[in-house]
Formats: sequence, structure tokens, C-alpha cells
Amino acid sequence: MKKEQSQPLFHLFKNRITWIILSLLACLFMVTIVSLSVGSTYISPIEIWGHFLGQGGGEYDFTINMLRLPRLILAFLVGAALSVSGLILQSIIRNPLASPDIIGITAGASVGAITFIVFFAGTISISWLPLVSMSGALVVAVLVYLLAWKQGVTPIRLVLVGIGIAAAMKAFVMMMIVVSETAVTTKSYLWLTGSLYGATMKDVIGILPWVVVFIPLAFLLARTIRVLELGDELATSLGVNVQVIRFSLLFVSVVLAGSAVAFAGGIGFVGLIAPHIAKKLAPNVFHLLVPIAGLIGGLMVMVSDLIARTAFLPLDIPAGVFTAGIGAPFFIYLLYRNRHM
Amino acid sequence: MNPLFRKKYKWIGLIISFLIFLFAFMLSLSLGQTSISVSMTLDAIFHYDETVTEHIIVMTSRLTRAIVATIIGCSLAIAGAMMQALTRNPLAAPDIFGINAGAIFFIVFAATFFSVNSLVHYMWIAFIGAGIAAISVYVLGSLGSGGLAPIKVVLAGAAISALFVSFTQGLLVIDEQRIQSILFWLAGSVAGRNLDMVLPVLPFILAGIVLAMLLGSSINVLLSGEDVAKGLGQKIIVLKIMIGIIVVFLAGGSVAIGGSIGFVGLIVPHMVRGLIGPDYRWVLPYSALFGASLLLFADVAARFIIMPQEVPIGVMTAFIGTPFFIYIARRRL
Repeated sequence: MKKEQSQPLFHLFKNRITWIILSLLACLFMVTIVSLSVGSTYISPIEIWGHFLGQGGGEYDFTINMLRLPRLILAFLVGAALSVSGLILQSIIRNPLASPDIIGITAGASVGAITFIVFFAGTISISWLPLVSMSGALVVAVLVYLLAWKQGVTPIRLVLVGIGIAAAMKAFVMMMIVVSETAVTTKSYLWLTGSLYGATMKDVIGILPWVVVFIPLAFLLARTIRVLELGDELATSLGVNVQVIRFSLLFVSVVLAGSAVAFAGGIGFVGLIAPHIAKKLAPNVFHLLVPIAGLIGGLMVMVSDLIARTAFLPLDIPAGVFTAGIGAPFFIYLLYRNRHM
Repeated sequence: MNPLFRKKYKWIGLIISFLIFLFAFMLSLSLGQTSISVSMTLDAIFHYDETVTEHIIVMTSRLTRAIVATIIGCSLAIAGAMMQALTRNPLAAPDIFGINAGAIFFIVFAATFFSVNSLVHYMWIAFIGAGIAAISVYVLGSLGSGGLAPIKVVLAGAAISALFVSFTQGLLVIDEQRIQSILFWLAGSVAGRNLDMVLPVLPFILAGIVLAMLLGSSINVLLSGEDVAKGLGQKIIVLKIMIGIIVVFLAGGSVAIGGSIGFVGLIVPHMVRGLIGPDYRWVLPYSALFGASLLLFADVAARFIIMPQEVPIGVMTAFIGTPFFIYIARRRL
């Protein structure tokens, strides 16, 4: 009995999955150090170490504590949220090409946020922004789901309806931007492209609860995703209520995507690529895909933001441009790979 | 059976469509921030008097605007009809294929890095961008078994568009001063164009429209199946390439003039086929008239919704087009 129990555990530590997670954590550590040290003022890793140990006269308090650290943490959380959101979406839609940006969830969150920025930014506290943007994402997701409903929801209809709704939402965002004043235009446009510029600890604290609650939830639901991937008929015959499960998974995915958009704007393609890299690295271990995908997504956004803010100094390019630059060619590759679908 | 499926009534239908188009054109000339009576509008056209303010409004800003809307509406609708025939895909249209996004990215890129600012250059750049986007989506969508399945094409188009859109956004964020003006153009607009800007593009668009009309019966043969078409001695490849070139001219030209105006190319051919049947000799001229009328009506509505400002017309067509897109997606799949 004891042997049977220890066998999987033993297996786990021998397994390459463990090594994958460990090396991802190592990457995370390295990227963190690099991101904290480079920028318009260079701080050497040793000085950073000293800073965190409380040595040094606090000369980096502003640069590290106020500028770089919050931005870094936010990048990681946003990336993790987007990636897990995409992972769930790809599984429920059973289409490797689905992601929150393609089926309109991100656009819905943008509509909420833009409406807020244009109409209420002066009058209502900005801390309502995430909630508004999340509601936007949720409304769009429900709308897409209902419109795709025809005796149940098939993945293909969900994608097509999503793309249609996404177009309408983008049109709405465009209208809001065009009719607003120039100052607001520039601000909202920057936000739309997906930028971590000006991230503060308040943002980090704002997004943290959503990520901390919903990523573990996704982890718990991961087992049912496995069953859903067998197909609706088979899943139903195994006693799973397909529509209920699919809807609750969709909900988790929407909340994660919505919170990411609320704090960092439309950082595209992370929700598409990161889950794929995770699946490639760790095939056949669905329950562990959630943390792996989360780590990869977080790393992706951290690296993109690092490049975006340092490559063209003093310009601070939105990180979304870089994720799209990597993401779109990858998407094309995926289309090619899945050409027989 | 629908009476319009019979030939005799198709002529009558075409004449009625033309009258509807004329009506839309007149509305576009007379309605707006200053409404001008129909008789005054006619006066302005036939007995132009430059001391009358209304006459000047009609003949300068509104006439150009109506002509631009007509050209773009015609081109996009015909381009959509041709693409749906070429790919045998109900969801094919210039914007779905990423053609608009491609043309726009290339124009913004050229404007940012090579300071290109003449419309003649814009036009050629738009053609190149449109061509590249169209070919990539066509190739990506037709790879593998099952050929150009709607879902594959739509996804490929969404990806290509997303790629071009985010690159365009990246360029625009760097260049803050121009965001506002370029954005209005990006969102699709038929206002503020003068005829000098349209003239260089016009020959290509007209050639595209005329060629399209001539290809009607060949497209009918193509639609009856490639084997049948080959058996009847059609050069399929030549026909397909010609359709491709026409689409690039029409869609690329429209973007160069009016920016991204979506959904016209998607919905109009469906409306037309539902009304008069699948015969492309008729579908193309009907699409041209319907497309022009749709855009004219949308443009008139765009002036009233948030007066005194205007809704970009691309936004209007997206709002009209989305329910239709979803309807087709639901019905076909």
C-alpha cells in the first residue's frame, strides 16, 4: 500500500515536469533580476540584493520600489491570468486557435474600460475601472455564449459568433476614442495597445485577489476539462453536465482575462501562445498545465515589457506590440500545424 | 418561387434598385447639420449659384462625400461577392480576410518611416498591403484537408488582422501627434475627402468594376464546380487570378480612400443572393447598387446619431453588419 502511494511521488521527482517547473522558476528569477537592474538608470544585481536586504542608503527606493517592482509584478500577474484564461478557453472550445482576444472577451473588457475612461474618469474613482472592465468582459462572454446557443453550444459557432461580436466591440471602442478629446484619445489608445507604463503597487494589489482566487480555481477545474476534451457525447455519457461545466469554466476564463485587461489593457496573443508552449513542454499532464501555463504567460509579459521599455529608450513602447510581434507569427504557424482540423 | 428569380423581373428589380440608390444619393446630399430641401438640392446641381450657401454646401462637401460613399460601397460589395464566389465561403469578405488591416498597416508604416503622404503612393501601398494580406489568408485558410472551410478562413483572417492592427497601434503610439487624424481615417470615413484625392484611385476601381461585370458568367461556371468548369474549357487558374486582382484593386482602393469600412462586402452579396438567386451575372450589378445604397444610408445616419459630431462610418457598418454576420454563422454552422 505504501509503495503504491510513494510510486507516483517518486515518479514526480524523476519526471521532467518537475524540472520544467524548476527551470521556469529559475528563468523567472533571472528575468526579475535583469528587469530590476536595467532601465534608464542601471542598478547592478549586487546593489539590488543589498537593497532587498536593507543595506544601502535607500537610494534606489524610488526606482525599485515605486517604478520597477510594481511593474514587474503586474506584468507577471497579467501574463499568468491571460495565459490561464487562454488555456481554459482553448480546452472548452476544443480549438487550439481560440484565445480571449480572438473571441471578443478582451474587446468586451476594453469597451467597459474605455467607456469608463471617457465618461467617468473625472467623476468616479479610478478604482472602479477593473470592475467595470470585468463586467464588460462578462457581458460580452454571456452574449457570445447566448448567441452561439442552438440546442447547446458548439465550439465552431462560439468562435465565429465571438469574432463577430469582437468586431462590433472594436467598432464601439473606436467610436468612443474618435469622439473623445485629444488628451483622452492618446491615453486610451496607449491603454488599448496594452501597456504596463505607470504601474503602481495599488494596481498590483488590485489584480492580486482575482489571480489568487481564480487561478487555483482553474487548477481545481482542470480535471473536468480533460473530460470535456473527449467530446460532448462522451462527456455526457460519463455523467458530466457539459453545459454547466463549460459555462463555469468560461466564467473563470472571463474573470481572469477581464482583470488582466483592466490593469494592463489589451496585451494580445499571450492567451494564445503561452498555453501552447505549456502543452508542448508538458504533454499529457493536464492538471499541472495550469501552473506551467501561468508561469510561461507571466514570463512572456515580463520579457515583452522589459524589451518594450528598454529597447527604444527613452521611448516606452506598449508591451502589447511585442507580444503581438511574437504571437501573430506563432498563430500562423499554429494554423499551419492544424490545417487538417 | 421568388418572382425575382425570373429574368423578366430581374430587370425591373435592377431599375428599382437604381431608384433606391438615387434616393439614397439625394438624401446624402440634402440631410445633415444643415438640412436642405430636395428642390434646393436639385437646384444646386442643375442651376448652381455660388452666392447661395446651401448650393455651396451641396456641391462642395456633400457631393464629394456622396460620390466617395458610392464608389466605396460599390467596390466593397463587388469585392465581397467575388471573394465569396472564389472561396465558396459564405463568410468571405475584404475585412474578414484582413485586407483592410493589411492595407492600413502598410500605409501607416510608409507614412511613419518614409514620410509618404501623397494619395497616389498611398494607393499603391494599399494595393500591396491588401494583396499580401489576401494571399496569406487565402493560403493559410486553404491548407490541409477540407479546403477553405469557413472556420479556418475566419480564424486566419482574424490572426492576420490582429497582427497588422497591433503593429499599426505600435506605430501610432510612437507618433502621438497624428493619432487623432489617422484614427478617424482608420475607423473608416467618407467625409473630408476631396475629389482630387479620389481621382488617382478611380481608374483602378472602375476597371475592377467593369471587369467584374464581364466575369459574371465565368463565375457562374466556376460555382458549378471546378471539374465542370474545367470540362467546359474554363481556365480556372486564370479566372481565379483575375478575381484576386480585381478584389485587391477594389478593396485596396477603397481603403486608400476611406480607411477601414467593414461588413459591406460581407452582407450585401448575401442580401442580393437571397433576393434574386445565385446567378452572378445579376448578383454583381445588384451588389454594386445595394452596396452603394447601404453605405449612403449608413453615412446619412452617421451624421445624426451624435450630432454635432459624426460617427465614423466604419463604426456604423460594423454595428449593422455584426448581427448579420452572427445570423449567417448561426445558420450555416
